[in-house]
Amino acid sequence: MRHLLIIAATLLATSAYADTPLDFLARYEKDAGSPASAERGARFFNMKHGDEWSCASCHTERPTQVGRHAKTDKPIKPLAPSANAERFTDAAKVDKWFRRNCNDTLNRACSAQEKADVIAWLLTLN
Amino acid sequence: MKFQAASSIAAVLAALALPAHADSYKLPRNVILEEECGSCHMVFPPQMLHADSWRAMMGDLARHFGSDASLDEQRRIAITDFLVAHSGGRKTGATRDARGKPLLRISETERFIKKHREISAATWQRASIKSPANCGACHTRAAAGDYDDDTIRIPK
Repeated sequence: MRHLLIIAATLLATSAYADTPLDFLARYEKDAGSPASAERGARFFNMKHGDEWSCASCHTERPTQVGRHAKTDKPIKPLAPSANAERFTDAAKVDKWFRRNCNDTLNRACSAQEKADVIAWLLTLN
Repeated sequence: MKFQAASSIAAVLAALALPAHADSYKLPRNVILEEECGSCHMVFPPQMLHADSWRAMMGDLARHFGSDASLDEQRRIAITDFLVAHSGGRKTGATRDARGKPLLRISETERFIKKHREISAATWQRASIKSPANCGACHTRAAAGDYDDDTIRIPK
């Protein structure tokens, strides 16, 4: 009986993490209080924000393709969900990478609006 | 009982014998290490830095060689413990810089400098090599923890 409960709890916990890119988009739009703009997302992704790197510096301007870490050269799997089904499906990973990468490219956290815009743009890529 | 004692003595002897393989940097699989460190760069052998260096590095991940590599606390501790457990003390030579701070770059350790003294500045700068952090450019089996001389092939 106890084992069954543990299995049930694990399944519940796992399903809580099984998000889709659209879930993240909806969540960030709600937090921002206004709809996302893919066009704004594209601009944001490709511009530098006062620092050395843009998002595209590592993810390329066409993130359906494999990127490369600007410093270490390590290949980075495509960021666009159409090219990599694992993207934007795990809240812990999404939080971690937005935290790190926004800090590296903008020297601050990204706003919910910026995150929503970028995801909206990534979802238009095929 | 006797057999048990003999086998534990054998285990201790085997453990003591390990550091003698100076160029073997084999590691037990560690998924968290591969996932977290390996997502941005190759997994550098923990044996190449002193435990103090790993502790210092893992204590300042938000400023990791110019990048934010911050981690959740649980994973940070797990990785630190693993790195410290497999760190190299004596092998690396001096473990601190002139100001007494733990060295954070493997390429600044005495052992690394001594081992690479024949590599010219021009060789380091080749597009095929780029940086001393790019171990696999010349050490063809680096990803498997094999830095043996026989496996070196310096690219043009």
